[in-house]
Amino acid sequence: MRILVIAEHDHHSLKTATRHTLSAARQLGDDIEVLVAGNQCAPAAQAAAQLTGVRQVSVVDSPLYAEQDVENLAALLVEHIQRCGHRHVLVPATSFGKNLLPRVAAMLDVAQIADVVAVIDARTFVRPIYAGNALATVQSNDPILALTVRATAFAPVEDTSTPAAVVELATGPAVGRGRLLGRELTRSSRPALDSARVIVSGGRGLGSAEHYQQLLAPLADALNAALGASRAAVDAGFAANDSQVGQTGKIVAPQLYIAVGISGAIQHLAGMKDSKIIVAINKDEEAPIFQVADYGLVADLFDAVPQLTAAL
Amino acid sequence: MKILVATKRLVDHNVKIRVKADHSGVELDNVKMAMNPFDEIAVEEAVRLKEAGLASEVVAVSAGVAACQETLRAAMAVGADRGVLIETDAELQPLAVAKLFKALVEREHPMLVLLGKQAIDDDANQTGQMLAALLGWPQATFASKVTVGDGHVAVTREVDGGLETVEIPLPAVITTDLRLNTPRYAALPNIMKAKKKPLLTLTPTELGVDPMPRLRTLQVNPPAARAAGMRVASVADLVDQLKNHAKVI
Repeated sequence: MRILVIAEHDHHSLKTATRHTLSAARQLGDDIEVLVAGNQCAPAAQAAAQLTGVRQVSVVDSPLYAEQDVENLAALLVEHIQRCGHRHVLVPATSFGKNLLPRVAAMLDVAQIADVVAVIDARTFVRPIYAGNALATVQSNDPILALTVRATAFAPVEDTSTPAAVVELATGPAVGRGRLLGRELTRSSRPALDSARVIVSGGRGLGSAEHYQQLLAPLADALNAALGASRAAVDAGFAANDSQVGQTGKIVAPQLYIAVGISGAIQHLAGMKDSKIIVAINKDEEAPIFQVADYGLVADLFDAVPQLTAAL
Repeated sequence: MKILVATKRLVDHNVKIRVKADHSGVELDNVKMAMNPFDEIAVEEAVRLKEAGLASEVVAVSAGVAACQETLRAAMAVGADRGVLIETDAELQPLAVAKLFKALVEREHPMLVLLGKQAIDDDANQTGQMLAALLGWPQATFASKVTVGDGHVAVTREVDGGLETVEIPLPAVITTDLRLNTPRYAALPNIMKAKKKPLLTLTPTELGVDPMPRLRTLQVNPPAARAAGMRVASVADLVDQLKNHAKVI
C-alpha cells in the first residue's frame, strides 16, 4: 500500500475525524491502508474495514497501545512505514494527530504538512497560515509526505457493504517512558464539537458561567447542538478549555453556528468561519462577528436567547 | 536543572496581516513584530520554575535573523539568564529548527526544553515534537500544568475532549498551551538589566546543521471572503430565515 491513514479511535469505535482524513487520502490514490493500533481494538478495526475506499486494514492489538502512548505509536509507525514504503501518511489534525505525526516525520527525516485543507496533487497541498487569514500552497519533494488533515475541509466517507481485509501486524517496540496519571474527559450528553450539525457558542458578553449555562444550554438542547465558547469566555471560566473554538482551539464547520455575545476576534473567526450558516447575536452593532455572519441580530442576548429558545 | 526555552520572532498577534500582491507570501515589511505568544508562556513557566528553586538556569534560544536578538532580550527581561541566537537569513521550517535546537541541546545539556505549542504565523505545531523525536526524549505537548519532580515531570495536557495528565522522565520536551500561566510584563529596570545579560550568537554551520527548507511555498492567497450577510430585526425574523431560507433548522 502506498497511502497510510492512521486511525484515531477509542479502541471500540473510530473518531469521526478518521472518516474525513480518509476522504483526503482518496484524492491521492486508491491504494489505501488504514492502521488501527490499540488494545482490544477489534471493533475499531472492523469499523475501519467498513469505510469506503479502504483496501486493507492493519491492526496492531496490544496493551502497549492502550493509552495511545506517543513514543510507542511513533516507533511502531516508523518501522511500519519504512518496511512498507508508504508515500503518503495521513492523520487527522486533532490533538492526537498533532502530537504524533511530527514525531514520526522527524524520525523519518521528512517535513510534515499541517492542517491540509486541499489536495492539489500528490505533492502539493493547501494549508492555512496566520489563523486562516492566508492560505499557503506548499509542495514537498521529500520521499514520504506526512500530512495532518483538517476534518472540516473534507467530507466524511460513508460505509461500504464490502468491507476491506483486516491484517494483523506484530506489536512494535516498547519504548514509551510515559505513564498516564489520569484523564478528565468532559462528559456531555450533547454532540461533540467536531461532529455537531449545530453549535451554540458563547462569549464574554454572557458575563458569567451561570449565564452561559442558563442561557445557552436550553438553546443547545432545543437544537441538539454542541456548546462552544470563545477564548475570552474560556479564560473567564465560563466554559471548559476543550470547548474553545478558534485558531488555537477547535476548528469547526457545522451547518449552523450561533455566536452569542462573541465579538469576533480574528483568532475566533479562524475556528468557525467555514460554517455553512453563521448567526450572530450581539448588542454591539460594530462587533466584527457581524462581518462574517449570514444573519446578524443586534440585540441584548439576555432577551434574545430565551426568545429564540422559546421560538424553536 | 538547566532549562532551554525557545522563542520565535513573528508578526504581533494584534496585526491584521496582508497577503503580498504577487502572492509570494505575507507582507512583513514595516509590520510590528513580537515574541510568539505561546513562547511567552514557555518563558514564563521556565522563569517560575527557577523562582521556585526547581531550575538553576534559564537559557532562551531563538533561530532566525539578527533582529531575533530583540526577542531574546524580551525573554531575558522577564527572567531568562542568557540568550543564544542561531543566526541565519535562511527560511526556517520546523524540521530545520528542531535540528538546530537539537545541536544546541547537545552543547548546553538542559534537562528540560520548553517551547510554545505552535507559532501563530505558520501555525505548524511541530517543532517541539520533532525536537523530542530527534533527541530520543519523551514529549508532553499542549501543557496546561507542569509539576517538576525528582527526575520526572507531571504534565497535564489539553487534549480533544478534556485533559490528561502524564508523567515522563527527564530530560524531556514540553510544549505549552494557552492556560499554563499568564506571562508577566517586563519591568523597566529588568528591561535595562536584560541588555547586559550574555547573548551568544551561533550559526547553523557552527552547529553542523543544514537548515535548507523541505517545503516550497508556491503561492499564498487570501481566504475566500464570506458573502455579505443580512441584519434581522427580531428573533421572529431570525427564526423565519433559518427555517424557510437557510433551511438549517
